[in-house]
Amino acid sequence: MDAGPLVAPFSVAYQTYGELNPDRSNAILVCHALTGDQHVASAHPLTQKPGWWSAMVGPGRPIDTDRFFVICSNVIGGCMGSTGPASTNPETGSPWGLDLPVVTIRDMVRAQAMLIDHLGIDTLFCVAGGSMGGMQVLQWVASYPDRVFAALPIATAPKHSAQNIAFHEVGRQAVMADPDWRGGRYAQFGVRPTKGLAVARMAAHITYLSEGALQRKFGRKLQDRVAPTFSFDADFQIENYLRYQGSSFVDRFDANSYLYVTRACDYFDLAADYGGSLARAFVGAATRFCVVSFTSDWLYPTSDARMIVHALNAATLPVSFVEIETDKGHDAFLLDEPDFMATTRGFLESAAIARGISQPSKAVAGK
Amino acid sequence: MSEIASHTSARVDLLLVADIVDRGARVLDVGCGDGALLQILTRDRNVDGRGIEISQAGVNGCVAKGLSVVQGDADTDLVDYPDDAFDYVILSQTLQATRRPRQVLEHMLRIGRRAIVSFPNFGHWRIRTELMFRGRMPRTEALSYSWYDTPNIHLCTIHDFVHLVDDLGASIDRAVALDRYGAKMRVNAPWWLWNMFGEQAVFLLHRKRG
Repeated sequence: MDAGPLVAPFSVAYQTYGELNPDRSNAILVCHALTGDQHVASAHPLTQKPGWWSAMVGPGRPIDTDRFFVICSNVIGGCMGSTGPASTNPETGSPWGLDLPVVTIRDMVRAQAMLIDHLGIDTLFCVAGGSMGGMQVLQWVASYPDRVFAALPIATAPKHSAQNIAFHEVGRQAVMADPDWRGGRYAQFGVRPTKGLAVARMAAHITYLSEGALQRKFGRKLQDRVAPTFSFDADFQIENYLRYQGSSFVDRFDANSYLYVTRACDYFDLAADYGGSLARAFVGAATRFCVVSFTSDWLYPTSDARMIVHALNAATLPVSFVEIETDKGHDAFLLDEPDFMATTRGFLESAAIARGISQPSKAVAGK
Repeated sequence: MSEIASHTSARVDLLLVADIVDRGARVLDVGCGDGALLQILTRDRNVDGRGIEISQAGVNGCVAKGLSVVQGDADTDLVDYPDDAFDYVILSQTLQATRRPRQVLEHMLRIGRRAIVSFPNFGHWRIRTELMFRGRMPRTEALSYSWYDTPNIHLCTIHDFVHLVDDLGASIDRAVALDRYGAKMRVNAPWWLWNMFGEQAVFLLHRKRG
């Protein structure tokens, strides 16, 4: 691991969809975002909600599971089955807590590469992901240029900005300020810092939306009342909405894990690993790229995407870049945005032809 | 910049440009619009084609067609491309809409081993007649905008362009003028005749080495 100590053995939890073709050439690795998981197109085991990217991944969807073999694994440092701070430290028999070495994006990608080895896949047809998932996409091409045929980094950045680190730090401080956090050893005391984690999620959730969308959806509308109560109740709909987002999040996410995954993003600075030149991270790769950003995403704005595009151009890689017009903010990458879906479909279609991956046909599927 | 080429003819200039490009070459199409030229080049000439396009609708359409196109501006983004990255850099019906045509050309000659430029000729006799006898800013089939809303802010004649190429120290490998019916004009016709009767021109250029 980048932080030094080795954690072995470790687990990686993953889901697959569709079938690997005989050439083993049709595998797409989907990398999840900060608090995502491996259930990209299947119901979440705790919340029973549909997969987080069911708009994009599934039969007949742009990432077509009738045609491609889709793999999604929980990142290390996560809390949905892969080794993370809530996993048991074999040396002590208790949860790792903060004794787990800090995980980096590169560590996450190393673990994914071991999974791909384990699945007997040499070259991935595509690595795709948004936000923190997009950072993993960039890291994949930098670390394993020969193993990625096509790359689809979405709503992401080659490095975390000061503003992004700032928001993450607010979230971490909220978790650590909760008396139930207990120095990260809350599991041993049978408690959970749910209040702190909920506040962290509320703050983060604001950064995933845009002012335009908040105004359109909530404005100053009151929640189930005709007049303000002049109290600290959730008078406004936006307050009620954020409280709901916070409280539902703590049911499915581990507080220490939140510290680890946010930290992984903060430390991400791909150019710094290559002597300050982002282009150098991609030199020697022949991966075809499609970079996507959204007009109202202020967390990972279009200027971040352009940095990636400029570096790819300088490294003379084949690159497409689309900025999708939407008022839905950073979260747009999870939603069924028609232009975004059409772009992804077109990009994967042409890449599949170049890679010699056949169209899905019932005859082949039935064999 | 699909909105700039306002006429809807078969875009003879596209076919002409496509004809100049060697098979299998690396090509950058600056202002590639809806990707019509890149599609022709990819399909018929087997080129490794890339594009830059300023409009989101154009880019989205290109990517959905499977073309490698980035959203960008010829005036500001060419600087990011390394020297000699392409065999050909193409500027088709876009030169007149750039803010700094000279710099755009300089970058094209730096980025590509060869540059192909096609543009409407403002020296055509119809345009001259409009200004001379009607006293109005010319509007033609090929340049159909009014003076106040045209994106074509740097129009030039074939003669002007040849002078600029000379100023830039570049060489003309080929030049073709098309009359208003899209037919190629006689190769051995003198420049002044092209400048008078050519409605569009296509130039193949390269920079003179050190």
